[in-house]
Amino acid sequence: MNFINNNILTIVIFLPLAGAILLVFFPRRHRDIRYFALAVSLITLLASLHLPWYLVRGQSGFQFERNIPWIAHPNIHYHLGIDGISMWLVILTTFLMPLCVLISWNSIGDRVKEFFILMLVLESAMIGVFVALDLFLFYFFWEATLIPMALIIGMYGHGRKIYASVKFFLYTMIASVFMLAAILWLYARTGSFDFVTIQSMIQGGQVPGFGNAALWLFLGFFVAFAVKVPLFPLHTWLPDAHVEAPTAGSVLLAGVLLKMGTYGLLRFNLGLFPDQARRNAPWIIALAIIGIIYGALVAMVQPNIKRLVAYTSVSHLGFVVLGIFSFTQLGMDGAVYQMLSHGISTGALFMLLGMVYDRRHTYDINEYGGLATPMPVYATFFAFIMLSSVGLPLLNGFIGEFLVLSGAFQARQLYGILAATGVIWSACYLLWMYQRVFYGAVSNPANNSLRDLDARERVSLWPLAIAALVMGVAPMLWLHSIDPAVAATLRQFSSAVQAHAAHAPGSLVRADFTRNGMQALLQVIGR
Amino acid sequence: MHLWIIPLLPLAGAAINGLLGKRFARGLVTTIALGSTALAFAMALWVAAQFAGLPPDQIPHIERYATWLGAGSFSADFGIYLDQLSLVMLLVVTGVGFLIHVYSVGYMEHEGGYYRYFSYLNLFMFFMLTLVLANNYLLMFVGWEGVGLASYLLIGFWFLKKSAADAGKKAFITNRVGDFGFLIALFLLIKHFGTLQYDSLWPLIGKYPIESGAAGLLTAIGLLMLVGATGKSAQIPLYVWLPDAMEGPTPVSALIHAATMVTAGVYMVARSHLVFNRAPDAAMAVAIIGTLTAIFAASIGIVQTDIKKVLAYSTISQLGYMFMACGVLDYVGGIFHLVTHAFFKALLFLAAGSVIHGLGGEQDMRNMGGLRKHLPYTFWCMTIATFAIAGLPPFAGFFSKDRILWSAWSNGYRSLWLIGVITAGMTSFYMFRLWFLTFFGDYRGPNPEAAGHAHDAHAGGSHGHGAPHESPMVMVVPLIILALLSFIGGWVGVPHSLKGSDHFDAFLSPVFHAPAAPAEGAQEQGESTTELAFTGISVSIALLGFLSAWWLYYKRPELPGRMAKAAGGLYTFVLDKYKVDELYGAVFIQPLIALSLNVFWKGIDRGLIDGAVDGSAAGAREVSDEMRQMQSGNIRSYAGWVAVGAAAVIAFMVWRGVR
Repeated sequence: MNFINNNILTIVIFLPLAGAILLVFFPRRHRDIRYFALAVSLITLLASLHLPWYLVRGQSGFQFERNIPWIAHPNIHYHLGIDGISMWLVILTTFLMPLCVLISWNSIGDRVKEFFILMLVLESAMIGVFVALDLFLFYFFWEATLIPMALIIGMYGHGRKIYASVKFFLYTMIASVFMLAAILWLYARTGSFDFVTIQSMIQGGQVPGFGNAALWLFLGFFVAFAVKVPLFPLHTWLPDAHVEAPTAGSVLLAGVLLKMGTYGLLRFNLGLFPDQARRNAPWIIALAIIGIIYGALVAMVQPNIKRLVAYTSVSHLGFVVLGIFSFTQLGMDGAVYQMLSHGISTGALFMLLGMVYDRRHTYDINEYGGLATPMPVYATFFAFIMLSSVGLPLLNGFIGEFLVLSGAFQARQLYGILAATGVIWSACYLLWMYQRVFYGAVSNPANNSLRDLDARERVSLWPLAIAALVMGVAPMLWLHSIDPAVAATLRQFSSAVQAHAAHAPGSLVRADFTRNGMQALLQVIGR
Repeated sequence: MHLWIIPLLPLAGAAINGLLGKRFARGLVTTIALGSTALAFAMALWVAAQFAGLPPDQIPHIERYATWLGAGSFSADFGIYLDQLSLVMLLVVTGVGFLIHVYSVGYMEHEGGYYRYFSYLNLFMFFMLTLVLANNYLLMFVGWEGVGLASYLLIGFWFLKKSAADAGKKAFITNRVGDFGFLIALFLLIKHFGTLQYDSLWPLIGKYPIESGAAGLLTAIGLLMLVGATGKSAQIPLYVWLPDAMEGPTPVSALIHAATMVTAGVYMVARSHLVFNRAPDAAMAVAIIGTLTAIFAASIGIVQTDIKKVLAYSTISQLGYMFMACGVLDYVGGIFHLVTHAFFKALLFLAAGSVIHGLGGEQDMRNMGGLRKHLPYTFWCMTIATFAIAGLPPFAGFFSKDRILWSAWSNGYRSLWLIGVITAGMTSFYMFRLWFLTFFGDYRGPNPEAAGHAHDAHAGGSHGHGAPHESPMVMVVPLIILALLSFIGGWVGVPHSLKGSDHFDAFLSPVFHAPAAPAEGAQEQGESTTELAFTGISVSIALLGFLSAWWLYYKRPELPGRMAKAAGGLYTFVLDKYKVDELYGAVFIQPLIALSLNVFWKGIDRGLIDGAVDGSAAGAREVSDEMRQMQSGNIRSYAGWVAVGAAAVIAFMVWRGVR
């Protein structure tokens, strides 16, 4: 058992990669390749379930840790570990992957082998991002997700796939350079890439010149993550990438890749630069709230369903950023929960869109209308997932949204009030879209003969629908391990901020606990 | 008491019918849907019997089952809070709900999607029961949003029709606007009290003084709750969804949009009475909104010609009375009217549905008339309901409405009382107008063969319509039971001034920590006499309404048309519902869409941001064209760029650091 606990993270990371390598030597029989990829992703899922099973809830710090020197010069360690936050992101990745394989079953007909190799490589890289505790290793995995994803979009996408692929690649690549620079600076001053070491050195004030560079280091990391999230106004690569990407690519992009950004903000921007995070929170929160409202409003007027859903991600991820930078237990719990639940709901939405695209080869809303008549099962699944995305209580979306909003409200009332308008906007864009696509009589004869979902498609949707329900009814299954991890992050954060405040008195953040509601409301709005 | 079984019964029904109902025979679908509701009602009765035996110190009876949501120090349960208030609601919801389920069997007999209909209806019951039984605001919010969902699904049940789909969407979104207010109220509660559990909240709120001078926290909470309530209970300014909601099947209008769901706002205000008691400004706002809504909706109801639209505006108006009652802090009166209204308004809708069913889908009263000969049961039931809503003694509505008006007056809100009395006259007028137009005179409908053009999409053609006909027994029996309740239902609350003993007041008062009844037995005789005089006024005004309706729509039926013509623009303005929908469209919806489309998407996203990105990409391409002369491999060029970029950034940082 000890052996497994020590190596489980390595196993989970490299299982898909090993599968990919085996696939290289596979004969080009598409059926076998698909089954093999499915098997690999399922085994990885099973292996990853070891983590929540054996995670010790109360224990602070990282678990399942593995820290061995990898390269002596420069001093790079193979350091892995998870807490209650990153663990669920790993599970989210391994959970979505088999579904992505299923959804690509027939829609990828060309260069099948390369496709599944890329998918499995991508899975390894994504898991690596969430478990790496050495900054170099983290950066390595971070960049490693780029190439397979760009290739998946560029090779298997449609329409302006090259434009979308290059835009995606350059946007994130350029932004990552700033993070690399920040990492190198830290290495130059600390002689270590290790997250935990650097963190304690910064807190102990042992990093020469840190005070002057802190803002730039913070921004270096921030830009890389903000592009990935994506935070307004750095989001325009996302709709293009989504629209042109194949379904599985979109699912992983929305489901996992965007969370790498919010995860990075939570782990590194808060973990390494707490004081800078606090100082810069106001404008970051402003961007997050703009993203929530702006993303929703732009989504509302999209004529292309997939682009519409892409913009909803801008809105939903705005909630996550808001929750993280509220620096409250509720807000950050909610942010982590929202990451998971967005992965489920939006992943499912993209899968649903892919299914109808397979039939009609268009995402244009005007091409549809009245789909509920020929495809009732499809319409029902779609409605269910839509409701989970709208944040209907007892489904997954509500929990994260509610916690984030009440956390943001605690931090500052205006934040909560502005962001809470999101509950109205999300109903507007999704219900309107649903009506135009599904209700009414079939307006386009091409839709009359559409066949409803087949068994494979249903099998790939049921797990997501069930997950959406369970996450809404029994959120404690997740929160039991998220909550302590967030509490630990927050403790560490506030002690660092307080320590800093002791040096620079008067800069401590003051939560405004104004007692008089109406006056406070007016005051806050006036501010 | 294992109260959790009550909401879970209809949930199970909804799940079974929803997932498997397509393959079931109709009989099985009916058995599951009705069976689960009947069991819930039976259990509610059993609970009521148990409750009667509880000693006062064990009320409220609270059951906790599990933590639903916990984060940090905040947590919310799955749990049930049973006191007199939730017991009354429980009985109304399961009782009226069951009757409407029965009625639906007949009404929906010829419709497609039978299993879907009953699955949604059961789902509604589950959420409504969650709403009224919850032991914390968050769980109440679950029910609150859930009934909104069920309402959305059922309004849009005939989704092939654009108007139905539109109406469903409008209901959901309008309600979301209200929910926004409710949510902010919850955030304030969490921020200041750290909990949403009723039993922990009440003592904390109880420590607050009455905010009579300056408005404070509780006033803010109360006002935000009111925003939520105006959405769900269709009050000004968010009432606009309810008239459109009549696109749904008529039993749905009876259950959701008359008897139960729309009263959720009243329940919420009554449940939060501790807040409103301490926030006079918020309570005042409740009273004013309610009163204005009452008269405003009644004025629209007077001119409508669609039988369901009249009833819809009447519902909005009657809900206004309930808000008025809560606003003048007579919560018992509000809940009393909620109960009697549930009886007679459900009956009115079901009877109207019976008329529509009998005419093969006709909803326009101008094409009715003389129907009392064709639909005798329906006619008599409708008559009782009309007398009840008009406020004529000894029917149910009389006692509750009279109590509200008296509370308004005796608590010093004289202008509200006056508006309330005028509204009572208008109510009596438009209801008797409906009654005369529908059941008296001669049948004005098209010849029987042509009848069957469904307004309600209630496909009349499927069971060959001849002349107007009475509905089947499965629809008539619920009518009769509700008629009985509309007749005697008010007798539980006969005031002391009429030598009654007002059991309802005595039962509910402990919830609101108020001494029972304003005119308690030995109080001065003068008060009682005044109250009696005021009762006289309400009865006379109701009679006046009846007489005017009789004159205009029975005696001289050519008069109304001439009057409408004389009123000219004013008449069409009221007929067009004061053009509020158009106003909202022009002020909120269209600008928002134009802003999103032209400014945000095409302007900022595509023009500004992408313009900059593509522009710099083009610039970069020019540069890299130059570079290509020197560099060969793409990958190397990337690596080079990375290195150069990193070096530049590092150089800059070092420079910053050194400085």
